[in-house]
Amino acid sequence: MTLYLLLAVNSITFGGLLFLLSAGFSLIFGLMRIPNLTHGSLFMLGAYFGATLVGGMLAIVFDFWIAALVAALLVAAFGALIERFLLRQLPGNPLAQVLVTLGISFMVADVCLMGWGGDPVRVATPEGLAGYIHYGPLVFPAYRLAVIGIAVVVAIALWLLLDRTRLGAMIRAGVDDPDMARVVGIRVSQLFTIVFALGAGLAAFAGIIGAPILSVYPGLDQDMLPLALVVVILGGSGSLLGSFIGSLIIGFIYNFGQAMLPELSYFVLFLPMLLVLILRPQGLFGRFVP
Amino acid sequence: MTPLTGPRALVYVVALAALATVPYWMPGDYYINVSSQILFYAIFALGLNVLVGYAGLVSLGHAGLLGIAAYATGYVLQSGYGHSAAILTALLLGLVSMAVYAVLSLRATGIGFIMITLALGEIVWGLCYRWTSITGGDNGINLHGRPRPFGLSIDSPSAYYYATLVVFLVALAAVTIFVRSPLGAALMGTRDQPRRMNALGYHVWGIRFWACMFSGLLTAISGVLFVYYTQFISPQAVDLTSSAEVLLMVISGGAGTLFGPIIGAALVVVVKSVVSGFIERWNLLLGAIFVAIVILMPEGLVPGTARLWRLAWRKAGARRGVKAEAKP
Repeated sequence: MTLYLLLAVNSITFGGLLFLLSAGFSLIFGLMRIPNLTHGSLFMLGAYFGATLVGGMLAIVFDFWIAALVAALLVAAFGALIERFLLRQLPGNPLAQVLVTLGISFMVADVCLMGWGGDPVRVATPEGLAGYIHYGPLVFPAYRLAVIGIAVVVAIALWLLLDRTRLGAMIRAGVDDPDMARVVGIRVSQLFTIVFALGAGLAAFAGIIGAPILSVYPGLDQDMLPLALVVVILGGSGSLLGSFIGSLIIGFIYNFGQAMLPELSYFVLFLPMLLVLILRPQGLFGRFVP
Repeated sequence: MTPLTGPRALVYVVALAALATVPYWMPGDYYINVSSQILFYAIFALGLNVLVGYAGLVSLGHAGLLGIAAYATGYVLQSGYGHSAAILTALLLGLVSMAVYAVLSLRATGIGFIMITLALGEIVWGLCYRWTSITGGDNGINLHGRPRPFGLSIDSPSAYYYATLVVFLVALAAVTIFVRSPLGAALMGTRDQPRRMNALGYHVWGIRFWACMFSGLLTAISGVLFVYYTQFISPQAVDLTSSAEVLLMVISGGAGTLFGPIIGAALVVVVKSVVSGFIERWNLLLGAIFVAIVILMPEGLVPGTARLWRLAWRKAGARRGVKAEAKP
């Protein structure tokens, strides 16, 4: 029973990380209609940047949380540059845009391998959260609970942004009907850059927040990207709620799968995706069929 | 089909003669091996091109299918069965997996198709990597020896090259016939005007499904050739990079052309072999070539060069025309 509870906490933690990763993926997909195949790379890049900042750079050792924010901002700027100078060159050609994101992801992976080497980089759990929280006979790692809290806070902030602000209304309009949004005077191409940067920053933030749990290693990008894909296929593209629920489901299936069917853990992820594809191609909360 | 005459026929004859004599004019075994690699990757690229070029369906999970065929060969051999059983199982399993791929991914076209095939490819990779009791995990499966078709040994590099060449020529002929058949024409119809094809009474899904199966068969064949060539299969051959490499072959050479994928395969294999002799950073270069080709020459090298050639020809012609007019 204790094992299951611990597994459940781990699953929710992992689900929270997946949500941070896939919320941006889903928004970019919803708005620009392309799966951003650099998303795993942005996650990894954020984790490496964060690890370097925490480890100390230019004789300054950054606090974990400041490092996380700086890494997220750097990667958000990188995302904005990709959108502005590469994807913008190929308007109305989603296939070419996808291929460009794929090409960039290879380049990022190789540059990271060059810069940080092949060994996993460990990131220490931030001070004050390294301990455990006792609840009756149960023991929970404090940091994992903190990650859940962060994910919930980000989810609420994103929901407020999308549901309560003018920018959010414009993004929603762009997701639902980009052509009509343009007609009523929304500069959808500007939204592309904003959403791409936001998604990149969130992915990088997830990367560094997840680093104390997952550590950072070459191939992390290729581990995370399919998970984001599965979450979005499951939850539906362009939907925040879809990413949230999808992330939780995948978090549970991934963790329980690894504990119970270690050889087939990757395969069991496939089952809910298969069911959704057959029964509800637009995803659980999707607004359109990709 | 028009009879082959003129310079085009000459090009074919020269190309065939060059291919048939590779072991005699290549400077060493290493280069003969590179040529074999080009040929089985060309079969792989031809198979993917059936989908990417003629059906308009971009798959990013094809390395998974190649991997399934290669692993099946390795596993059956490891279990003590003969080569014919291994090859047969590999082809059958490749086709069955392709059918599963097709049923799931043909629910969508365009970007949706890419996403689903990518997810499927990653799942196959995950299986190869984690299902250690079958696949050997990261250590992969080692093969011992090659089959002896019609009693002939294909252990030497040049013999294996000729075996690959025969399969390659058959595959090329099959793709040519397929593309020019009514089914091929219908497939291109579903690529360009799916709704009209549907209205005309064509079964769009069925046409796409059979195109997938044809592509899957070619992919499985190249998987068998691949695993007998390397004598080893590991999850690395199944990952997203491999799927992207073969897609790069198709796109760089020219999707939807017969010879584009072959040129693309030659380009990618040669660059990879040459570059990896000097630096380890193949992925960086792969990504850069990818981005450059997509942005600068999106139609691929073969149509792109043909376009430039025509343009230059026309300009030269115009200049001659101007001179001719100026004379009298």
